Amino acid sequence: MSTRRTPESAPTQTAAPTRSIWSRIEAIADSFAYPLRTSHYVELVNPLWASHALQARVEKVWDETKDARTLTLRPGINWRGYRAGQHLRVGLPIGGMHHTRTYTISSPPERDDGCITITVKAIAGGRISHHIVRNVLVGAYLPIGLPQGEFYLPEAQPVKPLFITAGSGVTPAMSMLRSLIAQERLPDSAHIHYSPHQFDVIFGKELKEMAQRHSRYHLHQVFTHEYGELKQTKGYFSAEQLDRLCPDWKEREVYACGPQPLVVALEKHFEQTGMSRHLHIERFRAELAEVPAEAVGGRVRFAKSGFEIDADAHTNLLRVAEDAGMNPAHGCRMGICHTCNTKLISGCVRDLRTGKVQNEAGSIVQICIYATAGDCELDL
Amino acid sequence: MTTARLPVNLTDAQIEEFGRELDAIRAEVIDSRGDRDRQYILRVIKTQRSLALGGRILIFASTLFLPAWGHALASAASFWVLIAVGTLSLALAKILENMEIAHNVLHAQWDWMKDDNIQSNTWEWDHVCPSDQWMRSHNVRHHTWTNVLGKDPDVGYGLLRVSSAQRWKPFYLGQPLYALLLALLFEWGIAIQELELGRVFAGKMSLEQIRPMLRRTGKKMAAQAMKDYALWPLLAVILTLPFTLAGAGPPLLGVFLWVFAANAVASLLRNLWTYLIIFCGHFPADVYVFTKQQVENETRASWYVRQLLASCNIRGGKLFDVLSGNLSHQIEHHLFPDLPSNRYPDLALRVRALADRYDLPYNTGSLTRQFGTTVWKILRLTFPGGSTLGAA
Repeated sequence: MSTRRTPESAPTQTAAPTRSIWSRIEAIADSFAYPLRTSHYVELVNPLWASHALQARVEKVWDETKDARTLTLRPGINWRGYRAGQHLRVGLPIGGMHHTRTYTISSPPERDDGCITITVKAIAGGRISHHIVRNVLVGAYLPIGLPQGEFYLPEAQPVKPLFITAGSGVTPAMSMLRSLIAQERLPDSAHIHYSPHQFDVIFGKELKEMAQRHSRYHLHQVFTHEYGELKQTKGYFSAEQLDRLCPDWKEREVYACGPQPLVVALEKHFEQTGMSRHLHIERFRAELAEVPAEAVGGRVRFAKSGFEIDADAHTNLLRVAEDAGMNPAHGCRMGICHTCNTKLISGCVRDLRTGKVQNEAGSIVQICIYATAGDCELDL
Repeated sequence: MTTARLPVNLTDAQIEEFGRELDAIRAEVIDSRGDRDRQYILRVIKTQRSLALGGRILIFASTLFLPAWGHALASAASFWVLIAVGTLSLALAKILENMEIAHNVLHAQWDWMKDDNIQSNTWEWDHVCPSDQWMRSHNVRHHTWTNVLGKDPDVGYGLLRVSSAQRWKPFYLGQPLYALLLALLFEWGIAIQELELGRVFAGKMSLEQIRPMLRRTGKKMAAQAMKDYALWPLLAVILTLPFTLAGAGPPLLGVFLWVFAANAVASLLRNLWTYLIIFCGHFPADVYVFTKQQVENETRASWYVRQLLASCNIRGGKLFDVLSGNLSHQIEHHLFPDLPSNRYPDLALRVRALADRYDLPYNTGSLTRQFGTTVWKILRLTFPGGSTLGAA
């Protein structure tokens, strides 16, 4: 992932140094609603006006492919601007239980109706993604988080971007391209996009139209499946393919998003050619380091809730807690959002991304991305 | 061991089997919790907030119809109708909040939804006692030691003699009066009971030790009283002020007092109702109380049996169930305090039949029977003696 970070990307929930007049008025109004807040009653009139919990109304749903759907969301008044390529957390009650997933915003910030879109592909066996694609209806209100993420184009525009995307990995690139076009400052851009076949392309028509209308946008579609085929048989990423589709790739800043095998292949290739500095990656899930063969699991104790269970060395502790019947707070499940931060009371845990071991009592660990290394005790 | 201890005709092994049956029922409900339950609690919360908001708007509106306004629609009749409906609506909101929402949320009945807005550790209720303080004595002490003399703080609330097993003291001669005062000020009574000031009087703790607790409760009380008895009446005055200054509105003191009174009556109705329901939970005739010796080394199964013997249901319809916070199913609530309350009616069918199979008592009756026998008991036990059912 790009390590570039601008001040704007810092979380903006910081309190103003002096209390604004508005927050004073709010505090007075809230004492009329005590122990609730005025916002809880405002929510009765319109959930989008509530300030205690950010929600979005589903305005429209549209199938992009047979298993991918775009949801047009109207966020509540406390929503703030985002940068093309960022993602947000979406809360989904399924079977009465609240789940959280992270989705990339596919609309451009320049969109002027106050709405955003997310485009979700139903993953085989994925209960949450299946629910959002099939069961979320227009008019539903979903809890959302503020935009996050560092995968966006720098303000000082790269001269020539190359987007390499696959499947629903097209979403951040789509937001960027739509944004650049809306700003009328689309640079010479190349785009290699992998999808099953020509009728199974998320944003397929719009991509083609863009390629026809904008001579500076060079689209290379790679189809990976024969019709009716379930498993991919062709079109894998290769050095030769990259040279052929985009001969000047070494002069470009590369923005890539897609499934793990593609991302791994790209990283390897760019490392071998010494071009890693120019590769910016957005992952669907965290990249995990190999857990050493001698690693052992152990007894995990959850101090506050009193649960104690055995866990192996590669199951993340969030999953362990959930399997034990607990409900720890969590967000992205991939080590980005820090919603699941938990204090390590004692013992030893392993960061599944780096393989590094943490045994300092009192340190904060992201349980979605740490597994136990021997026994451990968590403040949960 | 337990055979001799609990007043039931079951062997230890039989009690354990009874416990397994209840565990199975509990597991079944836990596995079947789902969207239906979520929709239920969301609907109750929405209804409660709408009633509160609507009630307050109606109370405000009523002051616009005070005869002193002199406009065509202003009359005593329209004023009284509006203020009565508004007050009733606010009282219902307070009852729903305390009984069906907060009490059950604070029992962690809805924590499984993982909904940040409906969690036992963050919910603050519309009551003068701080939530977490109340949870400690209610969830931990009352629910673990239900009707165990000297352990359960809710046996008579440290004020009343509700079982002949409590030794009579001349203090109890005043208990009809205490009971009446407690009914009128129930909310405040609960908050003060939580502080266990007796510990300070008995010299077991210094005032300094309980000062943080006093401060928190004091703050909560102040914020609650401020909202109902100062802010809302004052807002009504401010809205009326320009008209009265222009000579067209009613006297400001009158407006203040009417809104104040409406809030006070709503709180009073809530106090009386909650008192009525809660006193029917563990005090009616034929309920059992226990001594500390009876519950030594108690197993989970014998705890179940004790909860069954120590709790009483009230028969009523659907609306009654909701307004009582489903404490009309007090037995089921005490067996399964953390299962969603909307499941209690169905659970009651099963628990009642189960108790019948094991020949265990199941104390249920009309509100008249349950409250009537409770009142009679309070009156009778004002004096020494009394029947000794359930006492060791």
